[in-house]
Amino acid sequence: MDPLNAIVLLANFVIVPALAYGSQLALGALGITLIYGILRFSHFAHGDIMAFGTAIVILTTWGLQSAGITFGFLPTALLALPVGIAATVLYLLAADRTVYRFYRKVRARPMIFVMASLGVMFVTNGLTRLIIGPGERRFDDGTRFVFSVRDFREWSGLAEGLALRSAQALTLVVALLAMALLFWFLNRTRSGKSMRAYSDNEDLALLSGINPERVVIITWAIAGTLMVLAGTLYGLDKSFRPFTYFQLLLPFFAAAILGGLGNPLGAIVGAYVVAFSEMGITYAWRRFFQHMLPDDWAPAGLLQLLPVDYKFAVTFAILVLVLIFRPTGIFRGKSI
Amino acid sequence: MSINFRNIGLFSFMALALILTGMFQSWTLSLTILNMCLISAIMALGVNIQWGYAGLFNVGVMGFTAFGGLAAVLIAMPPVHDAWAAGGFGVLLGLMLGAASIFGAIMVWQRMKPGKLRVAALIAVLVLGYVLTRLIFAPAASAIMRVNPATEGYLGGLGLPVVLSWPVGALFAAGLAWMVGKIALGLRSDYLAIATLGISEIVIAVLKFEGWLSRGVNNVSGIPRAIPRPVELQTRDWVQALAERSGFTNAEVASVFEKLGYALLFMVVLGLLIWLSEKALNSPWGRMMRAIRDNETAARAMGKDVTRRHLMVFVLGSGVCGLAGAMMVTLDGQLTPGSYEPLRYTFLIWVMVIVGGSGNNWGAVIGGFIIWFLWVQAEPAGRWLMDTLTSGLASDSVVRTHLMTQAAHTRLIMMGLALLLMLRFAPRGLIPER
Repeated sequence: MDPLNAIVLLANFVIVPALAYGSQLALGALGITLIYGILRFSHFAHGDIMAFGTAIVILTTWGLQSAGITFGFLPTALLALPVGIAATVLYLLAADRTVYRFYRKVRARPMIFVMASLGVMFVTNGLTRLIIGPGERRFDDGTRFVFSVRDFREWSGLAEGLALRSAQALTLVVALLAMALLFWFLNRTRSGKSMRAYSDNEDLALLSGINPERVVIITWAIAGTLMVLAGTLYGLDKSFRPFTYFQLLLPFFAAAILGGLGNPLGAIVGAYVVAFSEMGITYAWRRFFQHMLPDDWAPAGLLQLLPVDYKFAVTFAILVLVLIFRPTGIFRGKSI
Repeated sequence: MSINFRNIGLFSFMALALILTGMFQSWTLSLTILNMCLISAIMALGVNIQWGYAGLFNVGVMGFTAFGGLAAVLIAMPPVHDAWAAGGFGVLLGLMLGAASIFGAIMVWQRMKPGKLRVAALIAVLVLGYVLTRLIFAPAASAIMRVNPATEGYLGGLGLPVVLSWPVGALFAAGLAWMVGKIALGLRSDYLAIATLGISEIVIAVLKFEGWLSRGVNNVSGIPRAIPRPVELQTRDWVQALAERSGFTNAEVASVFEKLGYALLFMVVLGLLIWLSEKALNSPWGRMMRAIRDNETAARAMGKDVTRRHLMVFVLGSGVCGLAGAMMVTLDGQLTPGSYEPLRYTFLIWVMVIVGGSGNNWGAVIGGFIIWFLWVQAEPAGRWLMDTLTSGLASDSVVRTHLMTQAAHTRLIMMGLALLLMLRFAPRGLIPER
């Protein structure tokens, strides 16, 4: 029996990666939920625009690197972030001008908006592949570890080790900062309050003199920023591939629906629930129980509930449970 | 019937495009495109049944198509007797136990009184069911995959004629759709979209990783053909006589005849489906569906059970997609789970329906034809476009070589633009709903 080692093992393989992954999901799901709250449609182009923004960040990073500019022990991509964010927000605003604004004006059904976002998805996907190709790209540099497994073992003298990669630490810091800023903006500033008012009751907000176009522009700007942050952090933590980013759409939506569509706090909680379930259910628990149980009780199998290949099934199962038992989500988002 | 000129014009334009392809590129290419056009048209019909008749938004077409395609393997491939002996019984028993525990959980939830006892019973049934299923299923599955893994390693099929798999594929997809629809219909319309997106990823994951069922990423190839292969046709006397008279080689004539055979088969299926859909659309049932689509509240007030009708039409449409999936695997002669990607198998079908004209069966068909033709021909066109655009740059410039290698992706942009432009300026499509 050795609970300390068991907890360190769990932290290394489940808790730390799930926290990082959950933060990345939270940034994406926040965008989905904000767009749903203000523009009132499910934004299917989310994953692909995220890939587009990340591609811009990667290209800028390469440009900086070849010019000899790096960011010390931090990844150079952080320096490239403003460029990526600016490009993505401009792209989103252009898409809004040319595509979505018309349907807003004619007050089209939400499904027409979704269809239009499919068109934007196609175009963005093509653009991303055109500028960076469909293959896998890595762009992390700087120090790899805050502390590695060996450092931790030497420091603690335990059998199991715990590593914290800099991409994971960075994800946690940046995501927390972004979320804090977002909530400060939504709750304390005039623009943020007008956004929430618009989301709550469109007609009432219009009557009290809120300019809807301005609210829409702010929403796209925030969503675009969050997308590029999420995409860059995910790319630094794992790797960049346009198709993987498209596939993130499902966990994004699962997180947003689980938390209640249109509810920012819910999206964050939902994202961590999705991340921890995905990691926990696809993790092989054998060694954890070897540490936790007396020696002669040690389990024979891997104790892995589902193979890693089926991580989508976990997300889907969460989605199904929410749809069956609480379609409005944990925090009561927009009702049916 | 004054609009008919336009429709006839559209279809003859399509025929002309295919004939020109045959004359300037090659007849085999032209017929290959035609065959996939026919299959695409059937998929578009399936999506049109859901979206055009009832306004249901299915973004899981890929999943239903792939699941239908699995039927071609399970029906037509010869059974692997060693694999059945090794673990066939265990796998079947495991699957049944899994289904039984889910059924048991539903029964517990519906029959017991709400309370802590019900939750405890539910968890007990699920955990016990999971452990039992896993204990029986996992060793059987790996035993099967150990049987001659280089060429088999799966259960095989029933060894029946491959054409039989088409209706079976439709049934497979319809059954899957029933389960998804039961969960997601009756809620907000976006929920169905997201649920179908999820199920299609899961179907692909199952096909990729359940080796005992579909050989996974090793692909099942050599599925028995509906029409003899060109190699077999070449030896026939009439093919040789025809080749002599026409001046083409034996191989060319044989391959053209093989493709023509499939085209005829597919046309029969497509014709039958259009006839049925037209009948359905113009029957009281079709009018009811459109009434529900246009105003759910009013339809509900008239006493229509909207959710059940939606479920029905969702199952029907997905069944048609499954049929198309089985036909496609038959045409290819192999099941390659790795090749299914959502842009091609889900979202392209949506472009077909929107461009063709949602709510109109002929619209969906012409949309399927035009978009598939463009999809195939856009690749060389994109390369040409990039070549012209970058012709000002030096031939060894980095930008130019990069853009030239990625030029194939411009067709994605073209398809997106086609969808956006149609949606904005001609939302009723090329052949609008009457």
